[in-house]
Amino acid sequence: MTTHDQYFVPEGSKWPIIASLGVLTLLAGVALAINHIQGATLMIILGFIIMGTLFFGWFGEVIGESKAGDYNSQVDASFRQGMMWFIGSEVFFFACFFGSYYYLRELTLPYLGGEGHLGKTHMLWENFKSTWPLLNLPDPAAGIKGQYSEAREAMAAWGIPALNTAILLSSGGTLTWAHWGLKKNNRRQLNIGLVLTVLLGVTFFLLQVKEYGHAYHEMNLTLHSGLYGSVFYLLTGFHGFHVVVGAIMLMAILGRTLKGHFSEHDHFGFEAVAWYWHFVDVVWLGLFIFVYWL
Amino acid sequence: MSTDVAHEEHHHGPPKGIGRWLFSTNHKDIGTMYLTFALTMLFVGGASAMYIRAELFMPGIQFMEPDFYNNMVTNHALIMVFAVVMPAAAGLANWMIPMMIGAPDMALPRLNNLSFWLLPAAAVMLILSTIVPFMPGTGTAVNTGWTLYPPLSIQAGMGMDFVIFTVHILGVSSILASINIVVTILNMRAPGMTLFKMPMFCWAWLFTGLLLIIIAPVLAGGVTMLLFDRHFGTSFFDAAGGGDPVLFQHLFWFFGHPEVYVLLLPSIGVIAMIIPTFSRKPLFGYKSLVGGMAVLFTLGLVAWAHHQYTVGMAAGPTTWFMIITILISIPVGLMLLNFMMTMWRGAMTFETPMLFAVSIVLMFSFAGVTGIMLAVVPADLEYHDSMFVVAHFHYALIPGALLGLFAAAFYWLPKWTGNMYDERLGKIFFWWNVIAFNLTFFPQHFYGLAGMPRRIVDYNPAFADLNMLSSIAAFAYGISHLLFLYIVIKTVKGGVKAGNKPWEGAQVGTTGLEWDLSSPPPFHSYATPPVVK
Ligand code: HEM
Ligand SMILES: [Cu+2]
Repeated sequence: MTTHDQYFVPEGSKWPIIASLGVLTLLAGVALAINHIQGATLMIILGFIIMGTLFFGWFGEVIGESKAGDYNSQVDASFRQGMMWFIGSEVFFFACFFGSYYYLRELTLPYLGGEGHLGKTHMLWENFKSTWPLLNLPDPAAGIKGQYSEAREAMAAWGIPALNTAILLSSGGTLTWAHWGLKKNNRRQLNIGLVLTVLLGVTFFLLQVKEYGHAYHEMNLTLHSGLYGSVFYLLTGFHGFHVVVGAIMLMAILGRTLKGHFSEHDHFGFEAVAWYWHFVDVVWLGLFIFVYWL
Repeated sequence: MSTDVAHEEHHHGPPKGIGRWLFSTNHKDIGTMYLTFALTMLFVGGASAMYIRAELFMPGIQFMEPDFYNNMVTNHALIMVFAVVMPAAAGLANWMIPMMIGAPDMALPRLNNLSFWLLPAAAVMLILSTIVPFMPGTGTAVNTGWTLYPPLSIQAGMGMDFVIFTVHILGVSSILASINIVVTILNMRAPGMTLFKMPMFCWAWLFTGLLLIIIAPVLAGGVTMLLFDRHFGTSFFDAAGGGDPVLFQHLFWFFGHPEVYVLLLPSIGVIAMIIPTFSRKPLFGYKSLVGGMAVLFTLGLVAWAHHQYTVGMAAGPTTWFMIITILISIPVGLMLLNFMMTMWRGAMTFETPMLFAVSIVLMFSFAGVTGIMLAVVPADLEYHDSMFVVAHFHYALIPGALLGLFAAAFYWLPKWTGNMYDERLGKIFFWWNVIAFNLTFFPQHFYGLAGMPRRIVDYNPAFADLNMLSSIAAFAYGISHLLFLYIVIKTVKGGVKAGNKPWEGAQVGTTGLEWDLSSPPPFHSYATPPVVK
């Protein structure tokens, strides 16, 4: 790494415009598919192919530049700060969901149940009692888009979810341990730590899938079961999506360390993924406490 | 890629052919693309405005069904906000910030290109959202207005899904652009260019970028929940399942209110450059202006529900939002005082950019006054959803955002192209534009106060005369922009050579480096960092 007496600006790149085409194909495909238009699946597949090629191509190019030593300390700082702000914006994405959850549970439901300042809404459904988890809905038959079907029971916190908490927290630990290994140039520790992290991440995901299956088939807790199901799947679903993305990135990093990439001082790619993973960890903690437990 | 040959090429001119644009990593080229996109979309958004005014020319329904009218209202706002003002401001940031602070380029040049190229994708989606409802069996048009409130937005047809994804793409684009701009400002300043030596335009964009990083994800989350309610059976916004349509309003306006500052601040930054130049005096109260923007940033994030007074919030929160909203006019007023004090006893001349700047101070103050009227809860219960609100925000947004962008174009075109624009035509454009603007929107205060509601295709014949005036003036206003287009094209093609520093007062009291470069500046402004003393 050099200091920044000489600026670095990358050459023109074809990837951004390909990304734009990919996003357009994918999202237009989804918009058509959810309206049951024929042929939309093909568009979605095409979109995924473009996006996949894109990620390999773009990151491949960046990794190539990084290995060629093109990046000086200023570029490194730009990457770091960029990643920080990106995670910052993710924080607000989840804050939107957590905030909505708070609003619906602490304000809307009590109002609907006749409590508080705006309890006059109770006149709509006089028999409705506000509880959380919400198993009895104000009016399951009157949904804007069709009927709701009430869940039979709520999610328990102390089974698989608690286990998953332990798993995800330890994966944060193993990742940090791997980072220490990298900083000491102990490649064995680095690789073992990463493998463990990936395995823990995958286990978390599989358990979550099992939990969803259980909720759908045995508890009748679905996207259609009113507010509780909506909130539950929105929060855990988007978190799960981030776990998948994080796990894929961890695997990519593992692939790179096995090829001998990264040095003690120069491993921004590793750190970026680590930050992301820790962020996903923290979100889960919030989920466990507020969605499962309290 | 990363060979030595590539390094050599850095210091030559731009690449040849269309690839220069499609694959660009150059902040000036990407800035030009942003500006071109914005100017193009100005005419698209303008066309929908012309449709609206043609429809309102007389009472009764003139052309299409009401849903189409409401779709045009929706598209007009979405296009002007997301496809005109924001891209144009981002284009200015791209062009000017690296040159001002002595950076080689934006911090993350490829990401920069991605932020731009997402915009045409979003535009295609938005256009599809208007076309799709004409196919049989796809449900109603997107008839909600840009606020997309449920339950209407849950009931609307397939076009709404395209709008939702448009919002997603735009959100990603503006988050990436903001990250890039914030990192550029924080990390790419030349040695000696401390934060408090930066030209004010950079400060304005720093706050804008930070705002967007906070609010854009929230809007994205909100419309995602809308999508789920529409297609996957959830009930976030449906009281029958325990949800609440008002929640969407909160999410939208948590985004929407700071968004008006996103539109405003870059233009405030621009006139904070222009007024000192043509007053030949340093900006009055540099630090207080930065402080004012910081206060605006903070209060702006906790004022959103003044858009929802009529929805029946509890008294406590309503009072909070009223007080905060009224407090906001203090930093806004201070900014305007900064500008007036800068002009005070300056050696002023009135070239086109300055004409715009002065008129902005004047007309924007007026929007502040109507804003205060709307901020007062009992009064707003009367004004809400009337044409008075439409008048308020057009006085806020056209001077506060759009005219600032025009001012910027006149101010910096000589730098970008190396040619002076035609001053006589510039002045004609200014007077034509500003007079037509006032004739269009000033009467809306009156018929708004008299009770004409917004977003409704037909109206009481009592309002006919003033509406006709608004419509006629609106066409004159719309057409004036063709003159702007002509001036820009003429300047790009040639003209009197501008020289490095076309405005003698430029750089009075600022250390910005943009005027030290040639006009037009070299393809790569700096290969090694310049030093600011
Ligand atoms: C002193 C400062 C301001 C105050 C007190 C203020 C107050 C308000 C209030 C209370 C409303 C809601 C009216 C209603 O719907 O009943 C409103 C609407 C609006 N304001 Fe302002 N405002 C101010 C400045 C601005 C600025 C600077 C901008 C933009 C540059 C702006 C843009 C808008 C827009 C776009 C709307 C309408 C949004 C919609 O309903 O579609 N305002 N303003
Ligand atoms: Cu507002």
